[in-house]
Amino acid sequence: MATNYEDRQRGGGYDGDDDGDRRPMGGRGGGRRMHRRRVCRFCIDKVDLIDFKDVRLLQNYLPERGKILPRRISGTCATHQRMLAEAIKRARNIALLPYTTD
Amino acid sequence: MDTKRQYEVVFIVDPTADDEVSKLTESFSQIVTDQGGTVVKAETMGKRQLAYEILHHKDGTFVLLEIEGSGREIAELERRMRVNDRVLRYITVRVDEDRRRAEKLKERRARKAAKRPTQGSHPRRGPAMDFAEAAE
Repeated sequence: MATNYEDRQRGGGYDGDDDGDRRPMGGRGGGRRMHRRRVCRFCIDKVDLIDFKDVRLLQNYLPERGKILPRRISGTCATHQRMLAEAIKRARNIALLPYTTD
Repeated sequence: MDTKRQYEVVFIVDPTADDEVSKLTESFSQIVTDQGGTVVKAETMGKRQLAYEILHHKDGTFVLLEIEGSGREIAELERRMRVNDRVLRYITVRVDEDRRRAEKLKERRARKAAKRPTQGSHPRRGPAMDFAEAAE
């Protein structure tokens, strides 16, 4: 499974699929995984627009499989997640980002 | 619609026709101006690897056009790009509405920030709020 997960520093504990299993990875209360800062990066940085050409930024929200990282893991607020999803979809359309990776 | 619309058009050019990039960009700009639009910016983003193969091409040259106009020139431009074999893919995004929205948000934030120190304390201000602000 997704052991080498790029966004570990942000959320952690993402087991590489979107099925929403609540199974805690590594046990509850054990270690640094508990400390999950649930804040929207975009709100902190006061981002009003997410550009679909900014591949570097968008890649952070596209884990190995190429799926859009869900809000519950990244902590992104609804408004920004919407903008983010839109930008990622546009970037996919012109082959800046993959639809899938295997 | 009296206000001008702004668009961002990105298109991918066949990498084997690299010398044609500037020529293509120019002819597309010409189409836009012929239709009554203006090209605000024309920028070659360079050769990039494609995230997936398009017509058996693994990479392509990306070109960005920023266009202002009524929308008619976009229709013509897209038609031309669709017909052109050199253009692997294109995308048009209307940006003026989003930009206006962003501007408004920014303004609102600036207003709020300006208001906060002069207004002084919150009506229901307590030590908890001081604490929360310090933690931020």
